Amino acid sequence: MDKRSALDVIGFTLNGATVQSRAAGHARLSATLREELNAKDVKVGCNAGDCGACTVLIDGAPVCACLTSTAQAKGRDVQTLRGLDPVILERLQKSFTAHQAAQCGICTPGMMISAAALLREVPKPNVAQVQDALGGVLCRCTGYRKIIDAVVAVGTTGIPEISVKGDVGDPIARLDGAAKVDGSERFGDDVAPDGALVALVIRSPFAHAAFEFGDLDLMRASEGVEAVLTAQDIPGSNLFGTIPGFIDQPVFAETETRFKGEAVAAIIGEAEFIAAYHIEDFPVTWQALRAVQDVTEAQTDDAPQLHEHAENNVMCGGFVAHGDVDAGLAQADIVLSGSFETSFVEHAYIEPEAGFAEVVEGRVHLHVCTQSPVMNQEALAGILALENDDIRIVPTAVGGGFGSKLDLTLHPYVCLGAMVTGRPVRMTYSRVESMATSTKRHPGRITIKGGVRHDGTVTGLRFDGDFNTGAYASWGPTVANRVPLHASGPYRIPNYRAQSKGVYTHCPPSGAFRGFGVPQSAIAQETLFDELAAAVGMDGLDFRVLNALDNGVPTVSGQVFEQGVGVKACLEALRPAWGTGKAECTSFNATSTHLKRGVGIAAGWYGCGNTSMANPSTIKCGLKADGTLVLHQGAVDIGQGSNTVITQIFAQAFGVSVNQVALLGADTDITPDAGKTSASRQTFVTGNAAKLSGESLRRQVLTLVNAAEDAQIALGEGQIEMSGGHNIDLSRMEVGEDGYVMRAVASYDPPTEPLDENGQGVPYAQFGYAAHLAVVEVDTKLGTIKPIHIVAAHDVGQAINPLLVEGQAQGGVAQGLGMALMEEFIPGRTDNLHDYLIPTIGDVPPIETVIVEEPDAHGPFGAKGLGEHALIPTAPAILNAVHHATGVRLRHVPALPHRVRAALKEAGYE
Amino acid sequence: MDYLSPTNLDDALAALNARDLSIIAGGTDWYPAQGERPIECDMLDITRIAGLRGVEKTENGWRIGAASTWSDVIAADLPNGFDGLKAAAREVGSIQIQNAGTLVGNLCNASPAADGVPPLLTLDAALEVRSLQGVRAIPLAEFITGVRSVALRKGELVTALLISDISETRKSAFAKLGARKYLVISIAMVAVTCEVSADVLSDVRIAVGSCSPVAIRLAGLEQALSRVSLIEAGEIIASADLKELSPITDVRGSGAYRKDVVGSLILRALQEAAHG
Repeated sequence: MDKRSALDVIGFTLNGATVQSRAAGHARLSATLREELNAKDVKVGCNAGDCGACTVLIDGAPVCACLTSTAQAKGRDVQTLRGLDPVILERLQKSFTAHQAAQCGICTPGMMISAAALLREVPKPNVAQVQDALGGVLCRCTGYRKIIDAVVAVGTTGIPEISVKGDVGDPIARLDGAAKVDGSERFGDDVAPDGALVALVIRSPFAHAAFEFGDLDLMRASEGVEAVLTAQDIPGSNLFGTIPGFIDQPVFAETETRFKGEAVAAIIGEAEFIAAYHIEDFPVTWQALRAVQDVTEAQTDDAPQLHEHAENNVMCGGFVAHGDVDAGLAQADIVLSGSFETSFVEHAYIEPEAGFAEVVEGRVHLHVCTQSPVMNQEALAGILALENDDIRIVPTAVGGGFGSKLDLTLHPYVCLGAMVTGRPVRMTYSRVESMATSTKRHPGRITIKGGVRHDGTVTGLRFDGDFNTGAYASWGPTVANRVPLHASGPYRIPNYRAQSKGVYTHCPPSGAFRGFGVPQSAIAQETLFDELAAAVGMDGLDFRVLNALDNGVPTVSGQVFEQGVGVKACLEALRPAWGTGKAECTSFNATSTHLKRGVGIAAGWYGCGNTSMANPSTIKCGLKADGTLVLHQGAVDIGQGSNTVITQIFAQAFGVSVNQVALLGADTDITPDAGKTSASRQTFVTGNAAKLSGESLRRQVLTLVNAAEDAQIALGEGQIEMSGGHNIDLSRMEVGEDGYVMRAVASYDPPTEPLDENGQGVPYAQFGYAAHLAVVEVDTKLGTIKPIHIVAAHDVGQAINPLLVEGQAQGGVAQGLGMALMEEFIPGRTDNLHDYLIPTIGDVPPIETVIVEEPDAHGPFGAKGLGEHALIPTAPAILNAVHHATGVRLRHVPALPHRVRAALKEAGYE
Repeated sequence: MDYLSPTNLDDALAALNARDLSIIAGGTDWYPAQGERPIECDMLDITRIAGLRGVEKTENGWRIGAASTWSDVIAADLPNGFDGLKAAAREVGSIQIQNAGTLVGNLCNASPAADGVPPLLTLDAALEVRSLQGVRAIPLAEFITGVRSVALRKGELVTALLISDISETRKSAFAKLGARKYLVISIAMVAVTCEVSADVLSDVRIAVGSCSPVAIRLAGLEQALSRVSLIEAGEIIASADLKELSPITDVRGSGAYRKDVVGSLILRALQEAAHG
């Protein structure tokens, strides 16, 4: 018998080489490949076979390495991305690059390995074959269609050539793309040094509990334990948060926990100790307390109060009043209202939170996947009682963020652990830990009322929304502020009153998630608009165009844009598909019994950057004596493309092509603060800083030789050659600050103005606009909804990179689709990727992306932000399509089959 | 922690007889159930045991070795009566799961939502179970005794699935209802096999999963659908009370919903079986 123990060696072939593993036979192959054999191109997203990121080939067949014992690899041929057939790999890499099929890149190895296995069997696969083959790998960024296109192209249609110059408007490939398709990209869990200690966090098993520790000193004395950290070990403030005045979340709870999964302690230990440790052995006793998880219940008088300062658990509110809503509704010929309910939505990035910290020359260095390095640095300084400069944040590649990687997660545990032990400390959240404790999209409980005149003019709109902010504030105040400013949609609403409340409950904190509450309010508003249009007998598109904002028309905050309002153009871009969609659905439904098709539309808008608050970005650049042009780019690229977009803007402003720019960062030691990657602000705000910075450096160069404004610059070895015969010998110039012979630093802060007590003012310097159309098929017998086709029209002012614009739009659509149809996070019950469903490659229909360019005066080269806009109209467009198909209004998302079927039955469907 | 990976059955049975071992094949249920907890049990990996993997025709039926994967079944040349089983196999998780996970593991895991159970119930499958004491066959309907509970005694190992000969004319189908396309746990599922002649059904077998603690055959409905046309079948199914089913409400759907839609799934599966 082949008896194995931990000391035996397991031999197999890895990417063509013979390897010997000393791992235990039962060890997950994914862990053995990554940690022992250094095959970091194998990614781990869930450890449960739910995401496929760890896909490898064993004897040619794709399997999840996380579900494979190391012993099962014995004698077999194991291939990771790097070991794929080089011919197929090269074609896949080219095609993924040309299609921008890799955004954050965390799923890319799993996708490409699955594709390679398919292409070996089926050299010219069709779309359905690609979907079947890649169905086991989840992607949260791309919306999948670019991935499908990329694989199909390898087999049949051919790989398109891509532009390389990189002027503004050129659809160049991502500048940071090579590492994403060759497996060399380093994410949060890929960077810790060998031998690092591991942090294990002890978390509350109850939504609300009191607790007491037992003998922690005994625990501290255990072999393999280097430290046990609790609230008492926090040198500074045991609180963190994101909004001044709402810093309310403890690093470690002190006497009671307020959500299931809240941290109370951390063990810092040797990796072997942590791996073998039984978490239930930790010396802590729990006493479960009454929990409130519903916003209405939480506001009752007898509900437990989560925070002393928040009476009836109301954290804060937002309010916008414009005109006189009562008068407006009174003027209406028809007034309609509705109530809506949305659910917690999980970000479900495929990369769980991960990183490591170490103390270097007395400073704390933290390598972590983050969207907001400088905010992290400031928050950690408060917790660790250090100066900002004592902390260096080095963002790793980020395997998706969508808002949740703005907040602190493992940061304080590993930093404090490194400070206390003097050794590097790493931590990677398990999938369950990630989902149970990271921030969520706020569930909304919304009522809306609107009035319309027979001629189709909306006369008034009233909106009330309670948002479940969970146990701690996080970005809840931002949601409360943003929603009333956006709940009108991009329409002229002369009489308006909107209020929102953030309510504390014993749930995981709700925070930032692509759209900050606006996707929720858009569901209510765009559904109501469909009903108002129908009530006055108007076509839904005509109705929206009639009421749409335009240049010179005040928004509900009284802001008047004299230029750049592109919502009508977005809506008009849908008109062809609207016409054909309606006709095709009618003809389909004429012969179909239980399958019914419908088409729906919705619009959306989103103010780019912070709301009436400073949010500057700074960009530094410099020329070295050897002729290298360096861009210090601190806008973290979480897959959306800021490394590429910011560089394109900068290169255009300076006057060279992108391949002449050496990119540095993000790293708080070398890149100035470019703010957070959030609020659709990087292209707009950091883009402006990059443009100013590039222009400033260009001016310095031109001034040196008195060259004309339009002089052509060519960078050479140690020199600049200019058109008109001017040359600059850089190698003779004096080297100054940062090692540059010339340098420029420029900042940009969007011009906004404070809001008054009625929310009137200038909250944003620019908005981006969008309109989506969805065609769906409803199975009336089962209550399932299948999207057939999506059209996404986006006014981006100026597409800096159309390929990246398409990527953002399509990825947003997929998230909006998930929110509409399947995503419902239930605290304590769906904290994994098989009970919590996000769309797979078979769930996202073909997406037609229409780029509308209505230049914005404030945007760099006219560009507007895009990140959030992309998902705002999707869910209401789908819900409106369901109504068109069936006559049934769905007001509770996600529209899970059982909810849809119940609504259909209520409406009389058999 | 020992990890035993025997290559012959006798060694495996001896080990099972001697000690407590956690049996693993594809690992697709085993590792997710383990989660992040440390692995401290001794394990018996059956995937290297000679003769345990493969789908083969026997004298009086079919034998699917216990280490056979879903992909093995998809690739096997089998009569139409297995189409439902193959369709179920194609809907298990993803290709990654199908390449590693085994049918027998799916049965032994005894989840109410196990995709393999309904089609195998309609094939009247039995499990070949061996121990040092000998071999016995357990009908599938008796093998799974409850949620996560099977009729295996200490020292016993399932070595194969046994399916009696079925007629070349037998049709079959599988209908799975989930909230997304891939990687989805069934809200409800139905497997059918039947004979169809001139649109008239006979010898109908229907099994429903995810609607009771253990997937079950609907004997009453099977009787009622004997020698009826598909059109009549629709009416009979619509008026059937399906009292045998006791679906629960969970995150995937309500009990009432499951009960409501299962008739549609049955009818569709029959239509699929009859017309392909």
